[in-house]
Amino acid sequence: MLPQFPWLSLVVWLPIIGGLAVIANGDKHPEPTKRLALAISVATFVASLPLWILFDSGTAAMQFVERAAWIPAIKVQYYLGVDGISMPLILLTTFITIFVVIAGWEVITYRPSYYMGAFLIMEGLMVGVFSALDAILFYFFWEAMLIPMFIIIGVWGGPNRVYATIKFFLYTFFGSVFMLVALIYMFFQAESFSILDFHALELGLRAQILIFLAFLVAFAVKVPMFPVHTWLPDAHVEAPTGGSVILAAIMLKIGGYGFLRFSLPIAPDGSAQLDWLIIALSLIAVVYIGFVALVQQDMKKLIAYSSIAHMGFVTLGFFVVFAILRETGSAEGAAFGISGGMVQMISHGFISGALFLCVGVLYDRMHTRQIADYGGVIHTMPWFGAFVVFFAMANAGLPGTSGFVGEFMVILASFRADFWFALLAATTLILAAAFTLWMVKRVVFGPVGNEQVAALTDLDRREALNLAVLAAATLAIGIWPKPLVDVMEPSIQHLVQQVQVSKLPAEAAAIDHDATVMDLAAAHAN
Amino acid sequence: MQSVYLLIVLAPLLGAIVAGFFGGHIGRNWSHRVTIAGVGISAVLSLWVLYQFIWQDAPTFNGAVYTWLVSDGMQLEIGFLVDRLTALMMATVSFVSLMVHIYTIGYMADDEHNWPEGARTGRNSYQRFFSYISLFTFSMLMLVMSNNFLQLFFGWEAVGLMSYLLIGFWSVRESAIFANLKAFLVNRVGDFGFILGIAAVAMYFGTLDYAEVFAKAPELADAQLALFGGVSLMTFICVLLFIGAMGKSAQVPLHVWLPDSMEGPTPISALIHAATMVTAGIFMVARMSPLYELSATALSFVLLVGAITAFFMGLIGLVQNDIKRVVAYSTLSQLGYMTAALGASAYAAGIFHLMTHAFFKALLFLAAGSVIIAMHHDQDIRNMGGLRKYMPITWITALIGSLALIAFPGFSGFFSKDAIIEAVGDAQVFGSGIAWLLLTLGALVTALYSFRMYYLVFHGQPRMDAHTRSHLHETPWVVTLPLLALAVPSVAIGWLTVEPLLVSNWLGEAIYVLPEHDSLHHLAAHWHGQLAFITHGMMAPPFWLAMAGLVLATLVWLVLHKRNPAIDDQIQQKGGWVTRVLQDKYGFDDFNQKVFAGGGIRVGRFLWNGGDRTIIDGAVVNGSAHLVGQLAGVLRHLQTGYLYHYAIAMIIGLVALLTLFVTL
Repeated sequence: MLPQFPWLSLVVWLPIIGGLAVIANGDKHPEPTKRLALAISVATFVASLPLWILFDSGTAAMQFVERAAWIPAIKVQYYLGVDGISMPLILLTTFITIFVVIAGWEVITYRPSYYMGAFLIMEGLMVGVFSALDAILFYFFWEAMLIPMFIIIGVWGGPNRVYATIKFFLYTFFGSVFMLVALIYMFFQAESFSILDFHALELGLRAQILIFLAFLVAFAVKVPMFPVHTWLPDAHVEAPTGGSVILAAIMLKIGGYGFLRFSLPIAPDGSAQLDWLIIALSLIAVVYIGFVALVQQDMKKLIAYSSIAHMGFVTLGFFVVFAILRETGSAEGAAFGISGGMVQMISHGFISGALFLCVGVLYDRMHTRQIADYGGVIHTMPWFGAFVVFFAMANAGLPGTSGFVGEFMVILASFRADFWFALLAATTLILAAAFTLWMVKRVVFGPVGNEQVAALTDLDRREALNLAVLAAATLAIGIWPKPLVDVMEPSIQHLVQQVQVSKLPAEAAAIDHDATVMDLAAAHAN
Repeated sequence: MQSVYLLIVLAPLLGAIVAGFFGGHIGRNWSHRVTIAGVGISAVLSLWVLYQFIWQDAPTFNGAVYTWLVSDGMQLEIGFLVDRLTALMMATVSFVSLMVHIYTIGYMADDEHNWPEGARTGRNSYQRFFSYISLFTFSMLMLVMSNNFLQLFFGWEAVGLMSYLLIGFWSVRESAIFANLKAFLVNRVGDFGFILGIAAVAMYFGTLDYAEVFAKAPELADAQLALFGGVSLMTFICVLLFIGAMGKSAQVPLHVWLPDSMEGPTPISALIHAATMVTAGIFMVARMSPLYELSATALSFVLLVGAITAFFMGLIGLVQNDIKRVVAYSTLSQLGYMTAALGASAYAAGIFHLMTHAFFKALLFLAAGSVIIAMHHDQDIRNMGGLRKYMPITWITALIGSLALIAFPGFSGFFSKDAIIEAVGDAQVFGSGIAWLLLTLGALVTALYSFRMYYLVFHGQPRMDAHTRSHLHETPWVVTLPLLALAVPSVAIGWLTVEPLLVSNWLGEAIYVLPEHDSLHHLAAHWHGQLAFITHGMMAPPFWLAMAGLVLATLVWLVLHKRNPAIDDQIQQKGGWVTRVLQDKYGFDDFNQKVFAGGGIRVGRFLWNGGDRTIIDGAVVNGSAHLVGQLAGVLRHLQTGYLYHYAIAMIIGLVALLTLFVTL
């Protein structure tokens, strides 16, 4: 076979090198620098399109694979590849970054080159996370990604940014240490850092549970899941608009992606043992966080909590698989939940990104995010108001928008697992509508709140374009999700097959399994 | 045929898009022209489709338009099922909607005065309103023409969205944006049950396609679920789906949003109350008759909820003084009649009443709107009186609507409502006795509140101020034309359609009724034509009660009111606690406001302050941060500044963790 064009490397390194070039350009001539940043982000998006166009959705195998030795001494490879799970997330990343660059165009006046450069570098690193098939390479991208985010919040953030950055950094760093240990442990077992080799690795139940827990800490912080979620509202509140958009639209998805790439296929038996934990935390996220979101006074905090609740749907969809297999004895409907979780991730990228952009639009004009400072915005900004209502409805899961698709699929799947799961998950129909539309009522509708609101000007071209494109994407997936789901389907089916096959060593399986089941049962009873 | 159906659905959508996005450019006239053209195309084609079913015996159409999603063996499609039931709904929805569109030209003509100075929302509000009502029509057509649960849910939520936008149309008014949020959330409570019902269908039937689900239903008739100590699958699914219908069709206790929906401009009240939105739940249950027939428990539940709504909501209408609210409570009551018919397995009677009601209720609302225009947006019936002299067309058409509403013999409402009460009387399911009693007594209540309003508005001495009185005149033709066009079916449609719908089973395959549930059987077996039906009806208690109500209303609000204009207030004061309970609307609103709205916020505050801030952030996160801080004070001595020291420390740490990992 002819060596393929290294599309993935291009998409990883183009924004990183481009970002460095933007920084090198400096701030003496901000306009050309900003234009360069925009050109690079658009070029990266264009360069990522072949991943979709040339993608073969008939196979679950890794595609666009690039493999080369990197640190031969410890068998670390430069190993990239995508399947139907990672490819859509890469496109989401390259797509959303364009809006971040445009959104910062006039607002960021302090060192715009560093701001844009940091985002471009982060884009490359995030694509790296989604495409790395070598565990060390993955870990490298995973940790490196924190640095630009740390800088973005720390330099361009709000008044309380130091607390928020440290909280953000410690939380995520704390999570990833355990992951590194698990990765090294598996290296000793598999004598390779290839993630696909990890998938094939036979592991005892005890090891699987420990590996699962180690990954859980890392991914749960990123998602974030209850109760390790409190860094997110603080980070969002302090982050500049672009930082919030990237955080909500893409960084959270890395946690969800981690579950699919690592936890489920590497430790299927461990996952099956502990799925109740994830399901419980996910449902708490939907209900508890839904109530917490209701009483937020700060728009960004409200959307941050809404993100946590929506990400609860993602993890719920991923982990009802085991309950479905147990309850119905068949895999039918199991993949539906994972597909639903994936669609929810993509959709949440559009909707939360757009909602944070909307808050940014208001913040740029009035320098406050307090709901109480607004009222009747639609009377001075009718186009803006229309977009807010649209994205609010999408956030509330209205059919015809992408927000509905994932929620619908996850509710259907969790019903198969257990009626009560579905019942609790479906409360989002009421809760998400309540917290989102109540905010809309207080901010957008009603009599004009005060003099500042009366003096507001409607969206400019740049802002309107941003929101219109995101609205189009939200509608497109809501009206016709088939193309997206078709791309993911083979990889998700493959994943469901993987989790159905026990990875316990044959002879030890029976004893080990029983022992742990009893341990867990005893622990449960206590 | 598919392209015809597509055109019926897409024409209003296209009109809505043009008027919504380009309304500012094309101006008011072109905006209403393009939306009226869109809905007009739908109406004409729908009538043509209905004609095909009536005279050409057209076959049922069931086909997919496109595949929405395929995953894991589940194929979800967007498609149309057009049978006689659908055709009847399409014609009703699009015709009533067309009338409302035309009427809106007159009603919204001066809408810019409803907006504060400088509000940019007031600039194109006329165009925006047309865009919304067209989109509303599109949503409702998608709902009734669907051939699967997914699209049903799409239409279901889309009408919810449109009602949200339309009830809150005058978004400067606090009461309007309170009402629209309330409407959306109460509907969402119903949808919560509805989506679980759909999930149950998806799981146990393995498909969301109507035809496949109905074909498989008999197999699952006896299936039991382990939930709640054992429940029949059909009861479970039907009750969950009906919870959705209770939201959309405003049945107790999810009725609370409908009276508040009066905050929107009157044309949408007519649309919501007559053709779109509230009829969705009734239609859905009729569509699902192959499932409901398999659960007598669910049918009883439906029957009782309907009967309770019909009677008790009607009573509230007696104490309302806002002209639109009187009509609103009459809608709740009439929806209760339709629901009760469904519970009695008289689906055809329910749909029949849905159709007659769509015409006369749209008529009543538009007449009320006409009165409101003349009264310069004063809606209090105590300030009206004697309007018949000033607005003869509105007067006569309102009288026709009221007579149809109280089931005066010969008018359309008579046939449908009488059939419902008879069917409930013949029904065998649990609760049919009490339901029959409530519905029969409801006839008295209906006559009382309808004619109280009618007399207070159109008869007696004019009570408005001199300025308003000097400007009183009949409304323009765009307002009166729809009134006349709706008055015709309000009189005649019952006489014309009662036989095919209730006797000769014109709906045919679209409705499925088990022989032992067939409560319309008696009516059909003893059918001797419309006249015989009328004379037979005139022997029965509902007729006598309605006439008693009419006479009593005439006596009090026409004869006595002439001598003593304060009589209405005096009666209400005499009512004592009864009046108060009715004026409090049985306390539903207060209860919801305190317990659900207030309680939800309190729970949220408790969880946020207690959980997130105190326990997680306060104790765990910041607590460990302090701990780290103290430890760091000790460990600072280890800080050397040499990179390799740190590297070694990290490696030692990693190895230690790894050892722990391996040995565990």
